[in-house]
Amino acid sequence: MLRYLLNKIALVIPTLVGITICAFAFVRLLPGDPILAMAGEHGVSPARYEELKEQFGYNLPIWEQYARYVGEVATGDFGVSISSKRPVLEEFKTLFPATLELSFFAMIFAMVIGIPAGIFAAVKRGSWFDQSLMGTALVGYSMPIFWWGLLLIIFFSGYLGWTPVSGRIGLQFFLKPITGFMTIDSILYGKWDALRSALSHLVLPAIVLGTIPLAVIARQTRSAMLEVLGEDYVRTARAKGLSAARVISVHALRNALIPVVTTIGLQVGTLLAGAILTETIFAWPGIGKWMVDSIFKRDYVVVQSGLLLIALIVMAVNLIVDVLYAVINPRIRAA
Amino acid sequence: MTKTMTFAAALLAASVLGGMANAKTLVYCSEASPANFDPGTTTGGNDFDASSRTVYSRLVEFKHGGTEIEPGLADKWEISDDGLVYTFHLHPGVKFQTTDYFKPTRDLNADDVVFSFDRQFNKQNPWNGDKYLPNLTWDYYTGMDMPKYVAKWEKVDDLTVKLTLTEPNAPMLANLGMDFASIVSKEYADQLEKSGKMADFSTKPIGTGPFQFVDYQLDSVIRYAANPDYFKGKEKIDDLVFAITPDATARTQKVLAGECDVAPYPNPADLATIKANKDVTLLDQAGLNIGYMSYNTTIPPLDKPEVRHALNQAIDREALIKALFQDAGATPAQNLIPPTMWSWNKDVKFDSYDPEAAKKVLADAGLKEIQLWASDRVRPYNPNFQRAAELIQADWAKVGVKAEIVNYEWTKYRAEGKKKDRPGAFQVGWTGDNGDPDNFFATLFACSAIGVSNYSSWCDKDFEDLIQKAKKTSDQGERTKLYQQAQVIFQKQAPAFLLAHSQVYAVVRNNVSGFKMDPLGIHRFDGVDKSE
Repeated sequence: MLRYLLNKIALVIPTLVGITICAFAFVRLLPGDPILAMAGEHGVSPARYEELKEQFGYNLPIWEQYARYVGEVATGDFGVSISSKRPVLEEFKTLFPATLELSFFAMIFAMVIGIPAGIFAAVKRGSWFDQSLMGTALVGYSMPIFWWGLLLIIFFSGYLGWTPVSGRIGLQFFLKPITGFMTIDSILYGKWDALRSALSHLVLPAIVLGTIPLAVIARQTRSAMLEVLGEDYVRTARAKGLSAARVISVHALRNALIPVVTTIGLQVGTLLAGAILTETIFAWPGIGKWMVDSIFKRDYVVVQSGLLLIALIVMAVNLIVDVLYAVINPRIRAA
Repeated sequence: MTKTMTFAAALLAASVLGGMANAKTLVYCSEASPANFDPGTTTGGNDFDASSRTVYSRLVEFKHGGTEIEPGLADKWEISDDGLVYTFHLHPGVKFQTTDYFKPTRDLNADDVVFSFDRQFNKQNPWNGDKYLPNLTWDYYTGMDMPKYVAKWEKVDDLTVKLTLTEPNAPMLANLGMDFASIVSKEYADQLEKSGKMADFSTKPIGTGPFQFVDYQLDSVIRYAANPDYFKGKEKIDDLVFAITPDATARTQKVLAGECDVAPYPNPADLATIKANKDVTLLDQAGLNIGYMSYNTTIPPLDKPEVRHALNQAIDREALIKALFQDAGATPAQNLIPPTMWSWNKDVKFDSYDPEAAKKVLADAGLKEIQLWASDRVRPYNPNFQRAAELIQADWAKVGVKAEIVNYEWTKYRAEGKKKDRPGAFQVGWTGDNGDPDNFFATLFACSAIGVSNYSSWCDKDFEDLIQKAKKTSDQGERTKLYQQAQVIFQKQAPAFLLAHSQVYAVVRNNVSGFKMDPLGIHRFDGVDKSE
């Protein structure tokens, strides 16, 4: 087990180096001179241009800029935002709980609907339900998030007036963050109407963000279930005279869930990518919206460090999933 | 223990603030998060809406909804005959805001005014550099050429400040109404410097403006309360809330659903829905901008005004504007400055579409080929340079001129375009800063701007004399006459094809009164009221 772990961790190092190079290069490959872009409509005089170049370190050779950047990141210094002048890490810490909360509810939505739907489709294989579910899943998987979000807003918030249009909580609630998770904070304050407001604000963005994972989970559950249903031990269970419900829930599902758990873990990347669009549409103050804002502001420091931080999280989650998988399934460790 | 204390304090704050729920609250759905709350250090319109126009005031102010200057913190001012010395007399008894993080012990005085500017250029001032915030650039102060024109700021007595210039510059007064010229509290700055919390100056602002800062939840909500000591009288709204909503369609939906009262910049595709709704009003105005196309007036045959006129006449401007701006619409430009700016000459009309006449002149001049420049960037005054280039290319083809479209990335585009000997027609535009005509005429077409921002390399003696004289005259009536004459010359000489001033919109709920569109593109909430 230890060897397996060390192996996995060793793999993280080259990935990390690759990510720092990507984040660093990506920002520098964007068209346009960062100093001129920052200067805006007025432009800058040549003397001021040189001054600014030096101030931001763009006058150094590219390898030296990279070495400097890696050195800073290694010591936990992710730089200071060009526009707000606040440390990037501090902004990230403030905003990340919002993204986490949204992703959590999106995942709950995806699992609560996706897993039962997948099971049902597998059990009723070939039926009209199975066919239409798999069709819908394909549509869900290909759904452009931006369009889907706006459509839901216009219908549910605009036309029906059931849900709030955007934001995290009703503006009448003014809760100083304790944990940064709006639902938990409103419970800690004992404000139930605030909790209700926070939950109602979560409905649409969680659906939008959860749509793609939902489709993936439903399809994965179905195929895993189909595989397991054909196994000998399921046939044995049936032969023993157990009820269909018991065979499915106890014998088949437990085994089918192993690949599903992995799939869920791997959806973290999808969630963070989806958060960029979802948060922008729903004015959700998380890291996705923060990245988009920073790209528009040409805040290269935030974009570069934000990319790195998000990549680190995805890597960490993948590592945890790998480890968990080994714990659940002992055969992996030997491999 | 500490946790319990924090929790109890938070609970207390929540219950106190919860009591404010019945007060009159106006919610503004803003388009982006402010970078910070120190208007000297920021450049975006949304930054200014959230800081300078709410929390701060200036020596002079722009008239609400206009570009004229009116008294602000200075009740009156004198300008010396040589135009070099400005003496401002401050309104007595102006109080800085009292909040839970700052309690002023004295009223506003000349020290605050001198400090507000000194920190922006004096490298010895501890607030000028890294000690305050990293990588400060003071973009607007340098962008408006303040270092060139300002000789010194002096305190005469507590309520009198003297500004000495290096040369006469009438637009200086308009500069002082701009956001970067907001007056900050020296007492507050000193206090933060002493306690080693200088960065708080940009996150917990203190000013003399109509609203005071209460709280900001990063990227989400900004809260303000009416300043009870506001020197022009307490506002009618008790609480002002900025709900940061970047998506234009979501912003509109929020106004329609009653979740916010005012929202700027709706999506053009939603304009019809907004107009059809009886609970909201769509406000619009020509923006303080101009989209145009500069001809290099030094390279034959473009050096002849009749050739430039003919090129203008060959373009079907109405169709072009429709194709570019679509549902959003735009005001066809008659002059370089928009009709909302003082001195706009209503008698000047831009060349009308006449391809037949154009064809003849161009054939006589022997103009067969021309370069037509386009870039990739979306600008408020021109949403699509490339599409514009293609349409103009087609129009010119009809009159026998073959246009070759030249493309560059935006920063390189402007660097190449401003070169004195750049050939052909160059699409560009401008968004005004301070509502002063000088900010358009001199910035874009003065002889000294050739190689900088005079993309036509156009230097006309009569025009130059008029705009330089207007720059040095402090009497606005006199300046208006001079600029109106300058517009007549501009029309005759046609150094550029004038496209349009883009339309700017805002959606407002009908129970809101007193909200006005502002030609400077700012969103102000002083004087705004709301009925239930």
